[in-house]
Amino acid sequence: MVNDTALKLDVGRKFSEAAAVGGAVIDLAAAKAEEKAKFVCRGVRVHYGAKEALHGVDMDVPDAGVTALIGPSGCGKSTFLRVFNRMNDTIPGARVSGSVLMDGADIYAKGVDPVLLRARVGMVFQKPNPFPKSIYENVAYGPRIHGLAASRGELDAIVEGSLKKAALWEEVKDRLKEPGTGLSGGQQQRLVIARAIAVRPEVILMDEPASALDPIATARLEELIDELRKNYCIIIVTHSMAQAARVSQKTAFFHLGDLVEFGDTRAIFTNPKDQRTQDYITGRTG
Amino acid sequence: MTDARPLADRAALARIARRRRGEAAFRTASMAAVVAAVAMLGWLLVTLVGSGATAFYQHVITLDVALDPSKLDPTGARDPAELQKASFRPILQSAIYGRFPEATGRDERRELFALISVAGATDRLRRMVRDDPALVGTTVRITAPVSDVVDQLLKGRIDRKVDATLRPVSDRQIAWIDALRASGEIKARFNATFFTATDSRDPELAGIASAVVGSAMALAVALMLAAPIGIAAALYLEEFAPKNRITDIIEININNLAAVPSIVFGLLGLAVFLSFFGLPRSAPLVGGFVLALMTLPTIIIAARSALAAVPPSIAAAALSVGASPVQAVFHHKLPLAAPGILTGVIIGMARALGETAPLLMIGMVAFVTEIPSSLTEPASALPVQIFLWSDSPERAWAERASAAILVLLIVLGAMNAAAIFLRQRLEKRW
Ligand SMILES: Nc1ncnc2c1ncn2[C@@H]1O[C@H](COP(=O)(O)OP(=O)(O)OP(=O)(O)O)[C@@H](O)[C@H]1O
Ligand SMILES: [Mg+2]
Repeated sequence: MVNDTALKLDVGRKFSEAAAVGGAVIDLAAAKAEEKAKFVCRGVRVHYGAKEALHGVDMDVPDAGVTALIGPSGCGKSTFLRVFNRMNDTIPGARVSGSVLMDGADIYAKGVDPVLLRARVGMVFQKPNPFPKSIYENVAYGPRIHGLAASRGELDAIVEGSLKKAALWEEVKDRLKEPGTGLSGGQQQRLVIARAIAVRPEVILMDEPASALDPIATARLEELIDELRKNYCIIIVTHSMAQAARVSQKTAFFHLGDLVEFGDTRAIFTNPKDQRTQDYITGRTG
Repeated sequence: MTDARPLADRAALARIARRRRGEAAFRTASMAAVVAAVAMLGWLLVTLVGSGATAFYQHVITLDVALDPSKLDPTGARDPAELQKASFRPILQSAIYGRFPEATGRDERRELFALISVAGATDRLRRMVRDDPALVGTTVRITAPVSDVVDQLLKGRIDRKVDATLRPVSDRQIAWIDALRASGEIKARFNATFFTATDSRDPELAGIASAVVGSAMALAVALMLAAPIGIAAALYLEEFAPKNRITDIIEININNLAAVPSIVFGLLGLAVFLSFFGLPRSAPLVGGFVLALMTLPTIIIAARSALAAVPPSIAAAALSVGASPVQAVFHHKLPLAAPGILTGVIIGMARALGETAPLLMIGMVAFVTEIPSSLTEPASALPVQIFLWSDSPERAWAERASAAILVLLIVLGAMNAAAIFLRQRLEKRW
C-alpha cells in the first residue's frame, strides 16, 4: 500500500523505482458510489495469445459522468476499453477472463450476443472512421440493422436527432446526401458520435477521440462530451492530462497492464496516492 | 558562430556528384527497360498487323455462268432435290474456259480453273438454283472468292520475280490474273466471310464464327461457375475461417494452384469430366468447367486481396454499432472490395479466353463446320482455331491465324479496358 509519503517523494523519479511500490489504490469515494455503478469489473485479464496485457483489473465504472483512462502508451487502456463492448472478441487470439457486470448482468456470460451488447455500448475510435457512404447513411445504418425505425419518417427523425445531439446538424443539414468522408476531421468524429448515438446506447466508449483533431475541433469535441455526459455513461481514453482533467469526473491510471489508481479526477490530479501516478502526471504536465 | 560555414565542402560535393551519377544511371536503366518492353510489344503488334491485316479483305472474281440445263438437269424435270445433287463443276469450268478461249490444253485449262475457289463458287451457284429453280437455262453473274493462291499473289505475298518452279502460280496464271484484275473482273472486297463463316478446308472460305461462339459459350460457363465460387471461397477464407493449420494449408495450395500449368487442368478435366462423369467431348460446357477450375485460384487470390485492402476500421465501425460480422462483411467490406474483385474476375476471364492447352486436352480442337447452338455440341475456341490454322503450311492460313490473333487481342484489350474503366467508375463514387 502506498501512503502519503509518496507525495513527498521527488516528482522526477523513474517508473522503475516507483514500480517497487506496487499495488493498486482504490479511492474510497469510488467505492462508495458502487451502488450506482454501470460496470463492475472484477479480476479482468486480457491475453493476446500467450501474452497477458491486463493483469486482473477491479474497477467500478460509475453510471453517470465521464470516466477517463490514462496511462503511458501500451499500458492496456485501449484493451480495457474494448472489454466493455467485447470488441476484443473480434481480435484474433485475444482472450478475456474475469467478470464484467453491466447493470448487474455478466456481459461475458454464455448466451450474451455481443451484437446486442454493442447496440447498448457504442464506440468512437481514435481515427474518425465514417463509412464511405452519405452522411445520412452513416447515421441511419445502425437504426436500420436494429430495426429501430418503422418508417422513413421515423428514420429521418432519428438521423436528425442524433446529428443534433452530436452538435453536427447545423453544419450538415443541407448536405446529408454528401459522403461522410468529405467532412473535416472534427466533423467526421462528431458524425461517428452521431452514428453511435443513433442506436440509443447507454454507454459511449471513446478511444483517444481527439488525437487526430486540431485544438479548435478538440475544444468542440470536449464541449460535446460535456453535454453528452448528462445522458450517457462515457468512458474515454486520452493521452492528454489536460483533457482528462477538463472532461472527466473519474480518472483511472493504468501502468503496464495494472490499474494503479482510480478515483475522482480532481483527487488524482492534485493528490495522487501512488508514486507511479504522480510521476506520470508530473512528467507529462510539468 | 562568427565564421560562415561553406554550404558544402569539397568532399561533400564529390559525394553528391557521385550520387547524382548513380541516380542518373538508374533512371536511364529503368527507362531503357520500359523502352525495351514497349519495343517488344510494338514489334509483336507490327508483325501481327503486317501479316494479319490483309485477311480482312479478300479478292473476288465476277463470272457469267450459263446454267446449262443439259448438264444440270438432263431429265428436264426441274426437280429441286435432283438439282441440288447435280454437279456444278462442269458449268463453272465452261464459264472460265469461255472467258479465256485461247487456253485449250489440259494443263492450261487445269491452271485456269484453279484460279477460282471451286467450293465457294459451286456453293453459291447451288444456292442460287435452290432459291430459284427457274434460273436453270439462263446465264447468271456470280461473285465468288478467288482461290487462296491468287488472293495471296494479289496481296503481294507471293513473289512474282522468283523462278516459276518455286512459286505456286505459273506465269500463265499471272497473266490471266493481271488481265482479270485490269478489267475489274477481279477486285478486292471486305472479307465478311472471315467473321460469319465457320472453319473450312479452303482458307478463302474459312471464318472464326464457330470458334468465337465456342469461346463465348465456354467463357460464359466458366464465369458463371468461377465467379460465385471464387468470391464465396475468398469471403470465407478472408473473413470467417479460423486461422489455423488447415486454412494455412488451403491458402498455400490455392497459391500453388494459381501457378499450375493450364494443361494440367486440361488433364484433370479429361480425367474427371470426360472419363469419370462421361460428359461429351469437345463441348463448350466441359471447356467452361476446365477454364473455371483454372481461373478459380486467380479469382480467389484477387478477391482476397481486395477484401484485405479494405481498411479494418470500416469493419470495426460496423461492429461497434452492433452489426454482426456477416453484416459487416456484406454491408461494408464486400461493396468496397467489389471493384477489385471485379477486376480480378475480368482479368481471370481474359486469361481463360486466351487459354489453349486445357481445351486441346478435352478435345475442343475439332474441325467444326457448324456454329454450335448448344453447350454440349462440338465446338472449337478462338485460341484453338489459331493453333489449328497456324499449323497449316499455306500462306493464306498464316494470314488468317494472324487475323484471328488480332481479333483475340482486341477482345482481350477490350476486356482489360473494361476492368480498368469499371474499377475507376466504381471507386470514384466515394
Ligand atoms: N491486437 C493485438 N495483438 C497483440 N497484442 C496487442 C494487440 N493490441 C494490443 N496489444 C498489446 O497489449 C498491450 C496493451 O495495448 P493497448 O493497445 O491496450 O495499449 P494502450 O494503452 O491503448 O496504448 P496507446 O496509448 O499507445 O494506445 C500492449 O503491450 C500491446 O502491444
Ligand atoms: Mg490505445
